[in-house]
Amino acid sequence: MTQQTLTKVPGPAPKQRWWKGDGAEPVRRNLGLVGVLVVLIIIGAVTRPELYGDASWVTGNTWTILQQASAIGVVTVGMTFVIIGGGIDLSVGAIIAVAGVWSTTLATQSYGTAGMIFTAIVVGVVVGLINGVLISYGKLVPFIATLAMMVAARGLAAQISGKQTQVSADSTINGIASTKILGVPMLVIILALVVAAGWVLLNRTTFGRRTVAIGGNVEAARLAGINVRLHTVLLYALSGLCCGIAAIMLTSQATSAQAAMANLYELDAIAAAIIGGTLLSGGRGTIVGALFGVLVFSTITNLFAINNLSTEVQNMVKGGIIVAAVLVQQFRYRSLTQLLKR
Amino acid sequence: MSDSEVVLQLNGVVKTFPGVRALDGVELEVRRGEVHCLLGQNGAGKSTLIKVLAGVHHADEGSLSWLGEPFAPATPQAAMRAGIATIYQELDLVDDLSVAENAFLGHEESRAGFLRRRSTSGRTREILARLGHPQIPPRRLVRSLPAAGKQIVSMARALSHDARLIVMDEPSAVLAHDEVENLFRIIHELTAQGIAVIYISHRLEEIREIGDRVTVLKDGRTTAANLSARDTPTRELVSRMTGRSIEYVFPPRVGRAEGEPLLRVEGLTREGEFADASLTVRAGEIVGIAGLVGSGRSELLETIFGARKADAGTVTVDGHPIRSIGSAVRHGIGMAPEERKSQALLLDEPTYRNMTLSSFSGYARSGFTDTGKERAAAERIADQLELRPRSVERAVRTLSGGNQQKVVVGRWLLDRTRLLLLDEPTRGVDVGARAELYEVIHNLAANGVGVLLVSSEVPEVLGLADRVLVMREGHLIHEAPAEEIDEATVLDLVMSGALMEGEAA
Repeated sequence: MTQQTLTKVPGPAPKQRWWKGDGAEPVRRNLGLVGVLVVLIIIGAVTRPELYGDASWVTGNTWTILQQASAIGVVTVGMTFVIIGGGIDLSVGAIIAVAGVWSTTLATQSYGTAGMIFTAIVVGVVVGLINGVLISYGKLVPFIATLAMMVAARGLAAQISGKQTQVSADSTINGIASTKILGVPMLVIILALVVAAGWVLLNRTTFGRRTVAIGGNVEAARLAGINVRLHTVLLYALSGLCCGIAAIMLTSQATSAQAAMANLYELDAIAAAIIGGTLLSGGRGTIVGALFGVLVFSTITNLFAINNLSTEVQNMVKGGIIVAAVLVQQFRYRSLTQLLKR
Repeated sequence: MSDSEVVLQLNGVVKTFPGVRALDGVELEVRRGEVHCLLGQNGAGKSTLIKVLAGVHHADEGSLSWLGEPFAPATPQAAMRAGIATIYQELDLVDDLSVAENAFLGHEESRAGFLRRRSTSGRTREILARLGHPQIPPRRLVRSLPAAGKQIVSMARALSHDARLIVMDEPSAVLAHDEVENLFRIIHELTAQGIAVIYISHRLEEIREIGDRVTVLKDGRTTAANLSARDTPTRELVSRMTGRSIEYVFPPRVGRAEGEPLLRVEGLTREGEFADASLTVRAGEIVGIAGLVGSGRSELLETIFGARKADAGTVTVDGHPIRSIGSAVRHGIGMAPEERKSQALLLDEPTYRNMTLSSFSGYARSGFTDTGKERAAAERIADQLELRPRSVERAVRTLSGGNQQKVVVGRWLLDRTRLLLLDEPTRGVDVGARAELYEVIHNLAANGVGVLLVSSEVPEVLGLADRVLVMREGHLIHEAPAEEIDEATVLDLVMSGALMEGEAA
């Protein structure tokens, strides 16, 4: 036995090459999605060759796609955490609406830019906390708790806004969407920062480890002394925080907020997380995959826009892609478990 | 009855799951109109065996014959159609359907797609009368019936298929005393009609009362077949169940724990599970609890760990009260629960992450995990426990039962645990790994860790522990130093509670 020759006190773990460590794992796992992205871009180039011949148009269009992905991308990061932790958050769109509307009331706007940002984020976090408390301590099923919150928060947003579109008079907020830093739109930078922070949080912190543990086996996590209830509350608060950030981004893009904003964002965010390889039952998922999921959707939207096609067809294609991606995921998972059985 | 015909015959039946040989040569012979009892500890393979008969699992090797023909039901429906009905412990009834609808679920009487409700009710009424319960209305919702009533509906379903063999998995577990009498009356009526019954129960007194013959399973193997249910001595049945098939190799015990108790449990009670449990464990001492499944031993352990809320009583470690898992872990208690896979492990995560599940925060710096340190620590434990394969990167799912258990124990070693609660530490663990685990447990104690161990294998408790507690029906009924008590005494206490009922532990 070679084990006998091993020293009893091993040195530090060998340094891992980045493409072999868990850093590159999400990229390899998402090769399929990268492939889908490439195919979508090729379809765009084939259907509108005159546009794709123009390099400056391509650059501009790429920024457009990324900008369109920015707010939903931020929400998807929070959603991915919730799903990996074994939950679901159906209320994200409604939270964005409440946060957006609350931060653009005349009273809030009178406190200036900082007041508006503070309000959006605090409202998002507080609504998320309520979700979390209902689920953790009220023992409501996440689906029901956040479904109720989805309805209630939309109602609250309509109540606050009096069903009116609230125009933002704050030039700093409105300027976020049009600002570029070194040629990169500010919204894309925010998305990049949130994705990076999300990745670090999931893969490099105790918070991320707890999330995976709870979603993977809640009983094992509990019996290992992890405070499952508190952590669950924090997960929904994190999702709420992401919604608050997204509310500011959307308000900036539209220079206004209204109760109907971010409609059906919950479905897009869940779909993006799932096609990005996050297991709906929890315990497994990646931030990078979720980002690819968002990019696939916004690229499809863009593809239809540049070809002047209707959104109806677009939604049908989206539905098809969700089904196809989950089928591929299941197939991979099954072949993996079969491999293990041998 | 002894010369009646054989309806079911199993020879050398083998069923393997990844990593487990659940059935490893089962012999079984059931005759027409008899009550054939299956006896065996949890994990002995009873559940797998009845699932093979019910068409849920398929035997890998061996032969089954049913009514003289080779038999291999592909689906539960096929088994039903062949005349084998199974009544599971968790009754598989639909609460919101009526008695009649449940009885004929899956083979409803219909004409041109329309249910024939009246004739279904009529036939259900006939069957209920056959079962001696004509008073149950066929249209009544199953939800509104008590457990005993639901069981009768399950049996009605079996009879609606014209079952010639009914398998009952611990049917008495959900019943009160007088309801069990009623169940026995029904079983007598069934067997009088020529129907064979396979009866599974842990309660020896029931087997004596209702059974004709007994087959004993141990580790997926038939250790005794066709014993007389009435005349076989308890001692023999028990020894066949616990078995000498496994070599217990216990390392010699060194040192003896002295001093103040580390763990002190006083008057701990949970309604319906256990009552007034008091015990102590010293640092470096191994205390074993012997008891049957259902005696409340696992519940007691989980309550000490704070995973269940006590109705009364206290748990203290070094004088610190333990009320939650959080405080238990903080004060150095660790637990390896009974169900490794569902209660302790993240099967798809690498070994090292499973080992550090309770301690990864300790390796982290301001919230950032340090997987390098975690790996190194896990490697150290893997060496110490001789984990195989040695890699700490592999998903825990791919490890054998024994090595998975080492991962769970290793978790608490890493966490500098002072008191370890072990619930059935060697269940599903092969012989070689068992010996290694025993050594691990001894080494822990030698290093001053207190161990409280629960096992249904009496020799294991006697071989490992310094002090033995016997638990029966929620009460700790006896306490003795391991060298002053023998297996026979423990078995008598466990099975019958005879010796000194009520003597304080």
